Amino acid sequence: MNSLAEKYSTTSPLSKLRKAQQLAEDEELSDAMWGSSAGFGSLAKGIPSFTVAPVPDPAAFLRLHTDDHADPNCRIKIQHGTTTLAFRYKGGVIVAVDSRATAGSYVASGTVKKVIEINPYLLGTMAGGAADCQYWETYLGMHCRLHELRNRERISVSAASKYLSNLVYSYKGMGLSMGTMICGWDKTGPCIFYVDSDGTRLKGDLFSVGSGSTFAYGVLDQGYHWDLTDEEAQELGRRSIYAAGHRDAFSGNTCNLYHVKQDGWHFIGNYDLSKLHYEGPNNVAGQGYGYDVRTEGRTSANPPPAATATA
Amino acid sequence: MLDMHSVPQQQPQGRQFNPYTENGGTILAIAGADFSVIAGDTRQSEGYSIQTRYAPKVFRLTDKAVLAVNGFAADGNMFVKKVRQRLEWYRHAHAKDMPIRAIARLIQTMLYARRFFPYYVYNILGGIEEDGTGAVYSFDPVGSYERETCRAAGAAQSLVQPFLDNQIYFKNQTPAAGTSFPSHLPLSTVLSLVIDSFTSATERHIEVGDGLEMYVVLARESTALQGVEGIGGVQEITMTEEGHRVFVIRRELKKD
Repeated sequence: MNSLAEKYSTTSPLSKLRKAQQLAEDEELSDAMWGSSAGFGSLAKGIPSFTVAPVPDPAAFLRLHTDDHADPNCRIKIQHGTTTLAFRYKGGVIVAVDSRATAGSYVASGTVKKVIEINPYLLGTMAGGAADCQYWETYLGMHCRLHELRNRERISVSAASKYLSNLVYSYKGMGLSMGTMICGWDKTGPCIFYVDSDGTRLKGDLFSVGSGSTFAYGVLDQGYHWDLTDEEAQELGRRSIYAAGHRDAFSGNTCNLYHVKQDGWHFIGNYDLSKLHYEGPNNVAGQGYGYDVRTEGRTSANPPPAATATA
Repeated sequence: MLDMHSVPQQQPQGRQFNPYTENGGTILAIAGADFSVIAGDTRQSEGYSIQTRYAPKVFRLTDKAVLAVNGFAADGNMFVKKVRQRLEWYRHAHAKDMPIRAIARLIQTMLYARRFFPYYVYNILGGIEEDGTGAVYSFDPVGSYERETCRAAGAAQSLVQPFLDNQIYFKNQTPAAGTSFPSHLPLSTVLSLVIDSFTSATERHIEVGDGLEMYVVLARESTALQGVEGIGGVQEITMTEEGHRVFVIRRELKKD
């Protein structure tokens, strides 16, 4: 009885999902089966793209079993916790992220790639649900390629980010979780858009997303200006991620650094945050970012030998 | 005769749809230079009771890929069944086995298709990449994945993974002066580490034990099998002549 009403109502979560799928549907491709159907593409037609729980409120069902903020004992733990940042300056875009994934208080991985290489000119960052970001940004990459083939020119960062934004907005309320920055270089120059699963899409010069974003902003805002040199800009990105890794328990392990220039993105390096603490980016002992390292033998708590002698 | 009026007023009762349960056990995979080891214990439990002492969690998909599944056994078995079906379709369409990186992406899309009604399954895929190197891919229940060198998942994940970090990645170790750590370990060392991981997990975790199944996928030209003659009970289960070689090694674990 309920299911019958459900089937024809226009406001139920099921019908919302149906609408969302119709919105996102491409003529040739259904959503979930866009991987090769092993030459049996026709078999993929007609089956629902996303399976939902056969209950009146699938979103509540999903929340019950996956949301680890509401219930730490729930079974399916989706990976969380992040610091990501991106900023625009005269030399392009700097993208820096940490590499820690946590499930509850367990460090599920310390080697996550949170920068998703959409194509040689577009980068996306990963915060929130790891699978949501990975899947939809890969999907976005596919559509950026289709755009190139149809229009004989690269997609603008603005259009790409809007494609993603509209896509996740069509699933609003279904439990997607992503906070991402789409970064690239197009006809208008270096460009960053912040897109999240609530449907927010913002153009800007400087963003940081994730549980460690407040710490990263602290360093970033302090050192940021438009005329940074490439080396200064890369150092600022690295230093900001270090600060977040140091103060936020849900961020850490390593920092991945990317630089987007006119000819596309470049991977600058992977930096161990503990090494940055003690040795800094140049691997020189005593030149680390940690203040305890820099003040070694100079504070009252750890006085220099001369001060100890006179006391 | 029941007096209807004496029956206490029925209180509203909450009901929730809970299709999931946790069946315990642990899986583990380690990649070598030209081989990959994928292992899992064979105990299946629900709460404090053991349902069976032999329920395989590790499955050969092709002669170059082995999949280990952990979490909710019913979901896991169904998922493996569906992956195998897709691989068979691929074989019929392309007259070859799907490369492992493609299987990894396939698993992502299959898991993500259930984003709103997830399979409660943690997957680890091990095998040989097209360039002949050993590979391990690990997945979360909704499909985010990553290629790694080693990964433990399941009940004793938090017991086994730190041990592996120390012994495979040499985390928190410093090499002796003038030496460096090897980037890849030989098969005999890897097998010993896997056996030690599971015997230790059996000692300290109630959901781990009974039996151990270790699958070894060996690149065709690999000589890694030499030097493991000491390890008994190796059984070859390779299907085709031209593919890579697959072996299974079974061990008993404590049953209490």
